[in-house]
Amino acid sequence: MAKSNKPIVWGLFAAGGTVSAFVIPVMILITGLLVPLGVFGSEAMSYDRMTAFAGNWLVKVILFGVLTLTLWHAAHRLRVTAHDFGLRNDGPIAIAVYGLAGLFTAVALFALLSI
Amino acid sequence: MSQRQITFEVLRYNPEADSAPWIQTYSVPCEEEWVILDAINYIKDHLDSTLSYRWSCHMAVCGSCGMTVNGEPTLSCKAFLRDYKGSKIRVEPLTHFPVERDLVVVLDDFMEKLQSVKPYLMPKTEKPVEEGEYKQTPRQLKNYKQYTMCINCMLCYAACPQYALNPEFIGPAALALTHRYNLDSRDAGRSERQEVVAQHEGVWECSFVGACSEVCPKDVDPAGAIQQMKIASTVDWHLEHLMPWRRK
Repeated sequence: MAKSNKPIVWGLFAAGGTVSAFVIPVMILITGLLVPLGVFGSEAMSYDRMTAFAGNWLVKVILFGVLTLTLWHAAHRLRVTAHDFGLRNDGPIAIAVYGLAGLFTAVALFALLSI
Repeated sequence: MSQRQITFEVLRYNPEADSAPWIQTYSVPCEEEWVILDAINYIKDHLDSTLSYRWSCHMAVCGSCGMTVNGEPTLSCKAFLRDYKGSKIRVEPLTHFPVERDLVVVLDDFMEKLQSVKPYLMPKTEKPVEEGEYKQTPRQLKNYKQYTMCINCMLCYAACPQYALNPEFIGPAALALTHRYNLDSRDAGRSERQEVVAQHEGVWECSFVGACSEVCPKDVDPAGAIQQMKIASTVDWHLEHLMPWRRK
């Protein structure tokens, strides 16, 4: 039997898991709670400031990494969860979840490059 | 010493006579310091000599007496009765294996898988005996020692939901032992073992539920071993595909 090609998606899954564990909780805290509550002032995430922030190439790279790796992590997690719940048609599920992750990776790339 | 009367509901099955497994109950006068296996032995010695089960060492070394106790894969010689409240305990054979008779399961599937991962030292060059032993530092020993603790009790296979879904999965204990030899400084057989490990039915069938490590009576942590092998296999894959000129 041949060696599996799963390392492609699993590598992204593992990297995304690490990123999610370290970065996402604090991102939710900042963007979902502290900023809306006005802790950093009402202009903290204004359009102008955020465009300027995301205009920096280093920020673009980091944002692209955090957004897409998290997506690929979620995609693979959903595929495995479906498997654990007994959904046996793995092929279509894999195409659906990785397709979405790929689509939004392209969207993120396009959006970041257009800033 | 205080005694406690416990009702044991034991699964009985004789494939030659019974059309289906059935439950037989035994009332056992248990001593407080007994383990489950003591009660099973009491049944065999005093109540019903026809009950079949495996056991040998009674000290969590031989790995023979794995059973399902109240639904949990359990090493019956390591499960103290004082940890079981109530007056009823259900004892069944390990799940995910065919039943040979009563609490005895057929282990052929695991034995084949264990052989397939070549769980023995494969040194780069075989040294003649006169040249002495293969030396190893305490640090090199510590690297893999945890994975040598496996006693092949099969609790991890009984706990593994992926093995239940796909019996082709190489499974926790065999993979943990693969890892044990891969990590050994005296060994050079990893690339041979990868032929099995890196297949779909190798590490990739595992979805890291972690039940194997929870039930392991020897703290081997097969789930951890499998995840480490997934990382190594992922690195391998990228080296093989992105740098094909690189020799193994």
